[in-house]
Amino acid sequence: MIAELGHLALVMALMMALLQAGFPLAGAAGGVPLWMAVARGAGRAQCFFLLAAFGCLAASFALNDFSVAYVAQHSNSALPLYYRLSAVWGGHEGSMLLWATILGLWTLAVTIFSRSLTEDFVARVLGVMGLVSIGILLFILLTSNPFERLAVPPADGNDLNPLLQDFGMTIHPPMLYMGYVGLSVAFSFAVAALLSGSLDAAWARWSRPWTLVAWTFLTAGITLGSWWAYYELGWGGWWFWDPVENASFMPWLVATALIHSLAVTEKRGAFKAWTVLLAIFAFSLSLLGTFLVRSGVLTSVHAFATDPARGLFILVLLGVVIGGSLMLYGLRAPAVRDNARYELVSRENLLLLNNILLVTAAGSILLGTLYPLVVDALGLGKISVGPPYFDAVFAPVMAPVFLLAGTGLLFPWRSANLTAIAHRTRWLALLSLAAGIVTMAVFWSLRDIKTLATITLAIWLVVTAGYTLWSRIRLREHWLAGLRSQSRGVYGMTLAHAGLAVVLIGIALSGRYTVEKTVRLAPNETVAIGDYVFTFRGTTRVEGPNYTASQGEFAVRSGTREVILKPEKRAYRVQRNTMTEAAIDPGLTRDLYVALGEPMDNSAWSVRLYYKPFIRWIWLGGLCMALGGVLAASDKRYRVAARQKAALSATPSSATA
Amino acid sequence: MTRRHQRMLAVSGILIGIAVAAFFALSAFQKNLLYFYTPSQVAAGEAPKGYPFRVGGLVVPGSVKRDAGSLKVRFEVTDGPASVAVTYSGILPDLFREGQGIISIGQLNQDGVFEATEVLAKHDENYMPPEIADTVKHGADGKPVLDYQAWQPK
Repeated sequence: MIAELGHLALVMALMMALLQAGFPLAGAAGGVPLWMAVARGAGRAQCFFLLAAFGCLAASFALNDFSVAYVAQHSNSALPLYYRLSAVWGGHEGSMLLWATILGLWTLAVTIFSRSLTEDFVARVLGVMGLVSIGILLFILLTSNPFERLAVPPADGNDLNPLLQDFGMTIHPPMLYMGYVGLSVAFSFAVAALLSGSLDAAWARWSRPWTLVAWTFLTAGITLGSWWAYYELGWGGWWFWDPVENASFMPWLVATALIHSLAVTEKRGAFKAWTVLLAIFAFSLSLLGTFLVRSGVLTSVHAFATDPARGLFILVLLGVVIGGSLMLYGLRAPAVRDNARYELVSRENLLLLNNILLVTAAGSILLGTLYPLVVDALGLGKISVGPPYFDAVFAPVMAPVFLLAGTGLLFPWRSANLTAIAHRTRWLALLSLAAGIVTMAVFWSLRDIKTLATITLAIWLVVTAGYTLWSRIRLREHWLAGLRSQSRGVYGMTLAHAGLAVVLIGIALSGRYTVEKTVRLAPNETVAIGDYVFTFRGTTRVEGPNYTASQGEFAVRSGTREVILKPEKRAYRVQRNTMTEAAIDPGLTRDLYVALGEPMDNSAWSVRLYYKPFIRWIWLGGLCMALGGVLAASDKRYRVAARQKAALSATPSSATA
Repeated sequence: MTRRHQRMLAVSGILIGIAVAAFFALSAFQKNLLYFYTPSQVAAGEAPKGYPFRVGGLVVPGSVKRDAGSLKVRFEVTDGPASVAVTYSGILPDLFREGQGIISIGQLNQDGVFEATEVLAKHDENYMPPEIADTVKHGADGKPVLDYQAWQPK
């Protein structure tokens, strides 16, 4: 009964999406206010029905209704309740429903926080979001219905993939989807602007906070995913250039370019057409990412052959969204006039260069991700493109991005005098270089040129961001007044750039100075990594709710300090999967990481031990970047603009009433 | 700066960007593409010697031999008609089992033994690497060569 209600709610949501797309778009084109007014109501109703459908699926999981095929495949009665609920997005059908539900929530947010926008613009934005929603809902209803019943329900479910039975995995997909789907708002703003033909600074100001929030979620989601991979996969790695990771990283790179390009469009009225194009790219890539990850096409292109309806639908949907929006762009963009004038050497052009590099980086990842699929589909053989490709291509493209991210801040808008800037900031450059050299010489070795260069770049990022903030504060008489007078946007930018530096330091140091040992250890044998002495004390049997584990005990001694680490090897009973649970002693400057391999004879085990310096900085930096996004998105001027507009529109209507 | 200058600058910037990226991508492709060979192709001598590639198949039941004092392990992978011996030193993935589909990355040595630097098995009981699934499906006589289900661990 619950599943049928859920199905009905989905159909109702589709009806609402049709209303939300049809009337407002037609109304905005024909200038019919009554039709445009449908947008908000239909959007809210659609969100309500999607939440209802999502709730029905969650209830089916909570009540262990294994007659629902999707529940039977991804849950089990022995699974704890919170994992049963997170199992809602543990498979293809449920994640598509989560995607649609989050789109509903973003739609709801747009209906609420759009009072400052003109009616026809709101109608167009919500109309475009409705169109996206129609595509996704049709996809779910026609090819991936999570509410399908089984004729013969099994006695118990197939359980959730043990890898996903983890807190990190519980919140990672919703975070990431908030980002993916949030980009649909930026996309809808861009398409609405193309439709209305008014690409002005106001449009950029409306679009900016939405894009920033989406970018923040995407940043947080990717950071969480990387952290999860690190402690859960048992290899001590934090990024694998896995197609699934690439699928989230490509939209992030383009979204990063987009938030910078939007800033130029708002402040300077330049790059309008480019900004719109980036918004289209960013959403197209997140749509592509969603389908790449969940369609099964990554495991095999033949997944399309086994379910041709699904594959065809995805290709058509991608074609309509990307092709349609690019066609609209081609028709409308030539009429867009950039009214800003700027010199060759200016902040505008440095930002443009950085934008191009970011898009190039995303393109090279796209090539490496899709190339094996295309080659396989054409029957040219089976190849794989591994991390060496991505490392070789990504690092040289991104190095100038980091350099420019710092340098660009020193350049004024419109026109810059190179010699004057060099004269004014030469101390900053020397300071960064000296700090980099001293740090490396004292703690590590000057011979690691790449690490030295990366550390210096990171310091350059911090120094330039700090200098920019300081030169703004200096304008006030008192530094406290200066601090207070800065907008949240400025603080957000500073924090995000510093966060990027922290990420760089983490990547450079953990990449270069990690020590890995794979050894065979019998009980009471020891092995040393640097000052750390690991003693294996043997294993004991531990019973979990749905698994049995061998729990190892390791005493790690360094000087007088001793910690006990308890890594596990779990055997999950239903799926008969084996899982490695690593044990980590975390620290700001280093992690100690122990993972059990396989049991050998005489109660010995093969064991992986790692010393990972500064690895936590990678996620710490990601967190800083996300916080920077939150600060920037909550900047006063977005709210003030909204309030002024609301006050203005409220006065005449109250006067007539 | 006039509009035309801007546009030319943008276009040339993009072109240079694409050229540089294409250069890096192609040179990286050249070095880092790993081709996949089936054990039959290896047995027929089609696979390169002294150059890394991937070989995949099902681990032959009873073929896994561990070295007593170290982490060295030796096993055979098969696609039905032929099998190839693989050596590896290190920790095998969680789902490495006899009868399970795996992919190993490494090189052939002079004795025709595949020295693996990496062994991959997906974290899913029912997962068969697509290359292997294809291989097994398209056996020489067109019939499924291996009874994969019969090898599922009980």
